[in-house]
Amino acid sequence: MQRDPLLDAIDRDLIVATQSGLPLAARPYEVLAGQLGLSSAEVMARLQRMLDAGIIRRIAAVPNHYALGYRANGMSVWDVDDAAIDALGPRVGALEFVTHCYRRPRRLPAWPYNLFAMVHAATREAVQQRIDEIAALLGEACRNRDVLYSTRILKKSGLRLKTQRS
Amino acid sequence: MDDLDRGIIDRLQRGIAVCEQPFAPFALELGVGEEELLERIRRLLEEGVLTRFGPMFNADAFGGAFTLAALSAPEADFERITALVNAHPEVAHNYRREHALNMWFVLATERPEEIASVLEAIERETGCEVFDFPKLDEYFIELQLVPH
Repeated sequence: MQRDPLLDAIDRDLIVATQSGLPLAARPYEVLAGQLGLSSAEVMARLQRMLDAGIIRRIAAVPNHYALGYRANGMSVWDVDDAAIDALGPRVGALEFVTHCYRRPRRLPAWPYNLFAMVHAATREAVQQRIDEIAALLGEACRNRDVLYSTRILKKSGLRLKTQRS
Repeated sequence: MDDLDRGIIDRLQRGIAVCEQPFAPFALELGVGEEELLERIRRLLEEGVLTRFGPMFNADAFGGAFTLAALSAPEADFERITALVNAHPEVAHNYRREHALNMWFVLATERPEEIASVLEAIERETGCEVFDFPKLDEYFIELQLVPH
């Protein structure tokens, strides 16, 4: 990946050292500091800076949807009035069951939808109920909608920062 | 999965702090020792209930480029087209979905101009029209899943 001016070489070392996970120890930042030959104060200061800058969203557990019983995954797509989408998009994104919410371009005539909201639930019936809630929220600003259920993961390699510095 | 596991998943999705002993307040809240809490987290990772524990990086901040793309693969040719698409290392995720557009994949490249060239290569190789859906805006909110 390109060198980002927001990240120096030590930040990149920290990212590479933690992208598969944080050391599971009572003092994880101290362990990390030991691995990288830094002080734990420096590790903590850099992580806090990356959190404040939005480079790290949070340091947290990432659950496996499927293992938690969320077997149905529906990508709901909506044709929302361009004049209303900036007001309505954040309200859809704030619904507790919407895990990702994006505005994307339409591709007419094949694809009229400009709002994508990912909904996870235990069953398709539950996904459908949640989609009805989104429809109620969007009201008249929404002209058309669809839901695309995923039926198979064809590839999931994730995003990785390369270890070598460019 | 017991109540402690559920409590751990619920609390630790929200994130730990950057401090000397970030697990200590969670152990106190959940009524267990720090070591027991860590042991449980290790077990949840081993069992695949948690996919990861650590910093969640905002991919946009790394300076790369991303897009979501889709195509309609004819059913008889689905496996062959899947292999052609997945052969590109820039394809990070690929899902089959129930729709005329039945293959949806995420591309991640080092430079923005590479997105178009990879999509063109996929069109050329598969003979399928590829629709590009770059993110125009993100209505982001914290992910909060409650275990069933």
